[in-house]
Amino acid sequence: MLVTENERLRQNILDWADELNRDRSALIPLLQRVQKRYSSVSGFAMQVIADILDIHPVEVYSVVSFYSFLDHKPKGRFIIRLCQTISCAMAGKDRVARQLENELGIRFGETTADGKFTLEYTNCLGMCDRGPAMLVNDQVFTQVSPERAHEIVEKCRQTFGTFALQDQGRID
Amino acid sequence: MKAMHQGDLTFSSIDPNAGLKRAIQMKRIDIIGEISRSKMRGRGGAGFPTGTKWNLAAAAVAPKKYIVCNADEGEPGTFKDRVILQEFADLVFAGMTIAGKAINALEGIVYLRAEYTYLLSHLEAVLDQRRKAGLLGSSIGGDESFSFDITIRMGSGAYICGEETALIESMEGFRGEPRNRPPYPVDTGFMKHPTVVNNVETFAWAACIIARGADWFNAVGTDKSTGYKLFSISGDVQRPGVYEFPMGIMVSDLLKEVGGSDAKAVQIGGASGHCVPASEFSRTCAFEDMSTGGSVIVFGPLRDMLDIAENFLEFFVEESCGQCTPCRIGNVKLLEGVRMLKEGTCSMTYLKELLSLGETMQLASKCGLGQSSPNAFLSIVRHFKPEIMGRVNL
Ligand SMILES: Cc1cc2nc3c(=O)[nH]c(=O)nc-3n(C[C@H](O)[C@H](O)[C@H](O)COP(=O)(O)O)c2cc1C
Ligand code: SF4
Ligand code: FES
Repeated sequence: MLVTENERLRQNILDWADELNRDRSALIPLLQRVQKRYSSVSGFAMQVIADILDIHPVEVYSVVSFYSFLDHKPKGRFIIRLCQTISCAMAGKDRVARQLENELGIRFGETTADGKFTLEYTNCLGMCDRGPAMLVNDQVFTQVSPERAHEIVEKCRQTFGTFALQDQGRID
Repeated sequence: MKAMHQGDLTFSSIDPNAGLKRAIQMKRIDIIGEISRSKMRGRGGAGFPTGTKWNLAAAAVAPKKYIVCNADEGEPGTFKDRVILQEFADLVFAGMTIAGKAINALEGIVYLRAEYTYLLSHLEAVLDQRRKAGLLGSSIGGDESFSFDITIRMGSGAYICGEETALIESMEGFRGEPRNRPPYPVDTGFMKHPTVVNNVETFAWAACIIARGADWFNAVGTDKSTGYKLFSISGDVQRPGVYEFPMGIMVSDLLKEVGGSDAKAVQIGGASGHCVPASEFSRTCAFEDMSTGGSVIVFGPLRDMLDIAENFLEFFVEESCGQCTPCRIGNVKLLEGVRMLKEGTCSMTYLKELLSLGETMQLASKCGLGQSSPNAFLSIVRHFKPEIMGRVNL
């Protein structure tokens, strides 16, 4: 039920705030933890955080909306971010982009109906010598061909658990 | 771990803690003196003299000071900081610790971009080892008056947070909007305390300089740009990757090394740097010519220069913090202009207006992003007029 879900969220935030000192400099680490656990920062979460730090909820929202890795709206379990910057563009990112759209049946900026995938562009990932590069959650993939894009999507599909791909730190 | 770079790097040949061990025996003023004598300038791009920066922060009287390592590496075409963090984290942390002693700071913070979250567990493990080895924490190297520890803060996906005052705003819990400078971070930094912000590579070289001495460092490079520098090389070359070259290297020599001699143009310094046509490949990567954080993007003979200008301007439109008008509106106008050129609908009169808009942005923008975002557009228009004018779209 939604109420209990929100209670859990509130409790999480309170615990994290105790770990982090309750001052303004804790705001972004708090938001990052909410984002990681709940894959977005809901209006409710923003209200709770605003109360704890004694700032206006609009302040919290203005921070969330500024950073591209903090989301107000729910995203898919797997967030695929394809680099659109120059070196990856020259290495053929357009074809990878097309293939990802075909595999997922969505366009960039969208989330699949089953809530599993979000597809986005991002800027330079610091893998420019091995483009096209993309992130799936925290994990980076390099020299992605259209064929490999398909394989990566399939691997995600077969993976259970929210962040099963994450934290492996695989550098291809 | 497989080496992620091309050729040998000096960093591989230096004991990462040799500099720190020497620094433990040195007086603060002598550490800063050694860095100043090396004439090293910051490796993040702007090239401020590191010794001067440390000296200013050391001179500030304050109850608390901070050392911040700028690992927000977001300039298009730059990836050397990632490689340094993967392969030489100890050297970076040693450099931060030396800086801590030099300015009398007890805390260091690494600001790591969100896109590099996969490096976090490795970096935390290295920090733990250093604490266990007595190289971080209290009484470093047995010296009771020397304490220093390092924590890592994650970015959240904003290129502008690489700008040092935006980085500080972000760490304090705000939108990453650059502040007016002065005051500079060495005076009013994180939580208003004096703060040294340096690039990842700068700290690594600082540790090497203390280990080997200033003369070893300033024997290389040019008079105004001393030492070695790491370059991130991508684009149309046979052997892309991270390379180490002496500062002052000529573009043509660099291209020969990496297998890109047939290039039509090279972007030095990332999206905010300079676009150099083949006729100017005798220019140098040095602070007195083209200042660079080491991003080199090579464009082969078949590349369309307008595609390149468009890609860069899309980048700036997205990454502008939106705080000041010349940058927020100016980049959108330039991007529209490039698209008009691509469609062949831009008159010379309008192009001239765009050029003067670009010059206004260089002067009137609040921070380095807006001041440098028109650079690539301006140099592409200047050098490639025959290619970009009068296009016919069939
Ligand atoms: C838009 C913008 C982005 C920047 N991004 C970075 C960056 O990612 N890494 C970095 O070290 N410096 C970056 N800088 C430069 C920093 O503001 C600062 O000068 C630098 O961290 C100082 O370190 P250094 O003297 O060791 O180079 C950026 C500057 C601007 C204007
Ligand atoms: S120049 Fe651009 S990025 Fe810098 S403060 Fe102005 S709007 Fe923000
Ligand atoms: S341009 Fe794609 S990773 Fe740098």
